[in-house]
Parts: sequence; C-alpha cells; structure tokens
Amino acid sequence: MHARPGTVTHGTAESLPAVTVEHLTKTFVRRSLVRRRRLQTVRALDDVTFHVQQREIFGILGVNGSGKSTLIRVLSTLIVPDAGTVRIFGCDLARDEAEIKRLINRVSVEASFFKKLSAMENLLYALRLYGRAGRGLRVDIVSILGRLGLEPGQISQPMEQLSRGMQQKVAIARAFLTAPVLLLLDEPTTGLDPRSKQDVQQFIRQLRDEHDATSILCTHDMDEAERLCDRIAVIDRGRLIAVDTADGLKRTAANLVGRPVATLEDAFFQLTGRDLHAEALEPVA
Amino acid sequence: MIELERAPSHPPGTAGRLRREALAAYAFMERNFFLARRYWGWEIAFLVYNITSSLSVLYIGKAQEVNSQHLILYLGIGTLVWSYLRSVFANISEMIAWERWEGTIEYTMMAPVSRLTHMLGVSLFSVLYGIARTAILFLAIALLFDVNLGNANFGGALVVILFGSLSFIGVGIMAAVLPLLFTERGEEMTFIISSVLLLVSGVYYPVSVLPGWMQSLARVSPATYVLEGMRATVLDGRATAELGHYLLPMAVIGLLTIPVGMAVFNAVERYAKRTGRLKRSG
Repeated sequence: MHARPGTVTHGTAESLPAVTVEHLTKTFVRRSLVRRRRLQTVRALDDVTFHVQQREIFGILGVNGSGKSTLIRVLSTLIVPDAGTVRIFGCDLARDEAEIKRLINRVSVEASFFKKLSAMENLLYALRLYGRAGRGLRVDIVSILGRLGLEPGQISQPMEQLSRGMQQKVAIARAFLTAPVLLLLDEPTTGLDPRSKQDVQQFIRQLRDEHDATSILCTHDMDEAERLCDRIAVIDRGRLIAVDTADGLKRTAANLVGRPVATLEDAFFQLTGRDLHAEALEPVA
Repeated sequence: MIELERAPSHPPGTAGRLRREALAAYAFMERNFFLARRYWGWEIAFLVYNITSSLSVLYIGKAQEVNSQHLILYLGIGTLVWSYLRSVFANISEMIAWERWEGTIEYTMMAPVSRLTHMLGVSLFSVLYGIARTAILFLAIALLFDVNLGNANFGGALVVILFGSLSFIGVGIMAAVLPLLFTERGEEMTFIISSVLLLVSGVYYPVSVLPGWMQSLARVSPATYVLEGMRATVLDGRATAELGHYLLPMAVIGLLTIPVGMAVFNAVERYAKRTGRLKRSG
C-alpha cells in the first residue's frame, strides 16, 4: 500500500518515489512578430523518463543548453510541458500544482533578489510566502546567514552591495529555511569560492540526513556530482542518455569504448561525444 | 548546525491554508513597503513632481477671474482623485513588470500562494499607499489655496472612493496581464492605458467637452464615475443616498473586472508557462 499523494512519509518502505518523470517532452518555438512564422524550434526535452527516490541526491549532467534548466523549471511548475507526466510525491504536476509548490523550492544559478532590499528583507518576504512567521524567524535568518559566512552588518545591506558569492549564499538560505522536501538546485555553487562550495554541499547533505529531503542537482562540477550524488543522469540535446551511479556511468562508458574510463568527465565525453564545457544550442526559454 | 522546521507530513487543513494565505498577503504588503522605503529618493522625486504638477493646474484655475474658487475646487478634486487612482492602478498593473526587472518573478510565481492572495496583498498596499500620497498632496493644496469645503459630504466622498478603488483594482489586474504577455513592451502598454484614462475621464474638465467617440470611452472608464461622484459630494454636497447614479457603474465595473481580470490573469499565466515567458528580463 502506498502513501496518499502529497504525503511525505519520511523514509518508510511504503513511501512513494519522490519524483517520477515519464516521457517528458518540451519544444520551444520562436515566431516572427507579424506573420507568426516559425523562426526557430528547439526541442529542449525529448521523451525524458526517470525516477528519483525519497532522500536521494540525484545529479543531472549536461552541457549548456542541453535541457537541464528546462527540466528544473518544469519541476518547479514554471514551464508547462507539451507531453509526458511528472509526479512529485504522488502529486500530478498538471493537476496538483498548488500542492507541489508547497513541497518544493529551488536555487538557480542567478540569485534572483530584490536588489535594493537587504538579505533580511528579502528572506522575510520569501519565508512568509511559505507560511513561516513568528518571532523566531529573524533569529533563524541571522543564524543561517551567519553559518554561511555573512557578517551581521551584511544582513541589513542592500543585496546589490553583496558579492555574487554572498548573494548565492542568501539564495541557499532562502531555500533551506523553507525546509522543502524536494530541493531543485540549478548550478547552485557556480561562482562560489571552495569554502562556500563546501558549506553549500554540507547543507544539501544536512537537508537529506536530518530532514529526509530529496535533491535534484544540475551541475557542471564533476567532483561535486561524484561526491554528492547517489545517482547521476546524463542529458544531451534534451535526451536522457544514461542514469546510474558515478561508477556505473564509468563502467557503461568503458563498455562502450572497450577500455577503462577513469574519470566522470571522461565517461560524460564518451557517452555524449561532447566536452562538458561545450555550448549547445540554447533553448529559446 | 541550523535547526530547520520539518515539512508537515500532510497538506494543511482549511484553517491552516487560510492562515498561510493571510500571511502571504501580508508578505506582499510588507515587501512593497520595504521597496518604497529603499527607493525613498524616487518616492520623494515622484511626490514632488506630483505636488508641483497638481499645483500648476490649480494656479491655472486661480488665474481665471470668474468663479475661480469653484474652478480651483473642481481642479483640486481632479488632481487628488487622479493622483489616488493612478497610484492604485500603477502599483497593481506594474507588479509583474517590476518583478521581471528585479529578476524575482520565477520565485514569486512558484511560491505556494494563490494568485488571488497575490493580487489582494498588492491591492491592499496600493490602496494604503495611494491614500498616504493623496493625503500629502491634499495638505500641500490646503496650505496654498483657501478652499471652502463647508458644503462637502465627506461620508459620501469616502463611499465613492471605496467603490472607485474596487473598480480600479479590477482594471489594474487586467492591465497587469500585459507585462506577463509581452516580456519587453508590457509595461509601456499599461502606461498607455493610464494615459488614455486620464484623457477621457474628465480629470480636469467635464466629459461633455470631449468629442463623441471619446465620451463613449469615458462611459466605460471607472475614473469618470469616481470623479463625477467626488464632485457631486464635495462640490455640490450631494447626499450619499443620491449617489446610486455614480456607485452602480463603479460596482458593476468592479464586480466584472476583478473576477474577469483574475480569470484572464490565470489563463495568461498558463500561456506564459507554456511558451517559456515566465522569466526575468533586465
């Protein structure tokens, strides 16, 4: 017997998969303004199917424009797919959007804050939208930002006066303070110094270990993927090429080329025929 | 280690949901207050412009030798009411454009908050903000002009402004669709709407002086009824019971535009999600 949709069962044997994606397809069409003629069509996601278990940290590897961010934005309820189904803790994305929003949060590569507002003001706004209130809220904000390395004076400074790394840490705090059961991370450590990267990675583990959270992590950083992720999906031109553990991906690549594959980067290259830092055609969205 | 609240195992009940929605409405009000406070320089600049342009219009009235007292009051009501309505309209209609520019639109749209609550929070702030700005403008006018309000029915004026606010909230929600639909040009379009409302609604002159086709537009503009209702109560001292002629069209516009605006907004939000337009710009 399964738990009912939207219910987080905190790791029982009967628990629902955290995320089920089946045959997901999304095409973006750019049209001319006057005659509505098709100028460009990009298939950002092409028949993508995968499952993520509760408490899993699931990595997604792909070059720029491969469809990673579109996938995260579909799961974030920001893009409606053309075809396929997505279930998050048993809730159907098309039918139960409001319920899904309660379960997820996201950290994207851009920090995305009101530039003139301080970290405290931005976080108060974000947390109240997620139903958090009370006197302890400001204390929690100061506490988590301090843990991430922000000085007390920086917490009341406008965001535009903080470095990109600091802004990204505030974005991490925003997601963590809402205690999501599914955390969607789109290159969250890009541009961070090594110490900050470690802090963020530790928080992702903490969310899993102490709060049973599931994470989907898009990253370019092979070390990060290998160190953090239980399984990794390789995506190229919108298609899912492989899903396995880091070692499993290396074995698959080794079988493909008939020689040992030592690194994840090499495995990625052998599976997709691309260098991870190459640029693919960017989707319109 | 930071102590995090564990996410609730089950969806919240009705009371919990209402509490969350009320809190979210407050979040939008508080955020807009924070923004107004942080952009204080612009707030002062716009307020000074608002006061000086209104005073300039009133001095045109004072320069007339015949019946200048009545004209000053007529124009004063026009500037005050328009200042309020424009403020309400701008705050609501520009909410999406503002978030696109700041880059926060995706985070606001993926938050677990109903769009009705979103609109309610923004609308409540815009009404309070509009009242505060208009009060300052009223003080400036009262300091420089000797106007006689002995005949005014202030209770009736308040009823008119309440009905007018409802109708303008509805029009503002409908206009907020434009920046959602047109990523780059939507904000300019809302500006054109407010400019046309200014022209046809009789802010500084009676609608009867307009060409016929403009008078037709005036009949569907809620601002026309707010201005006529305010002049009837403040200038002529018309009793509240006699205001049905002005209140009914405002109520009809409000009752139509708010639900229709919400439905259109939801449909356009869906379209924006299908076409990938729900993203930052700038």
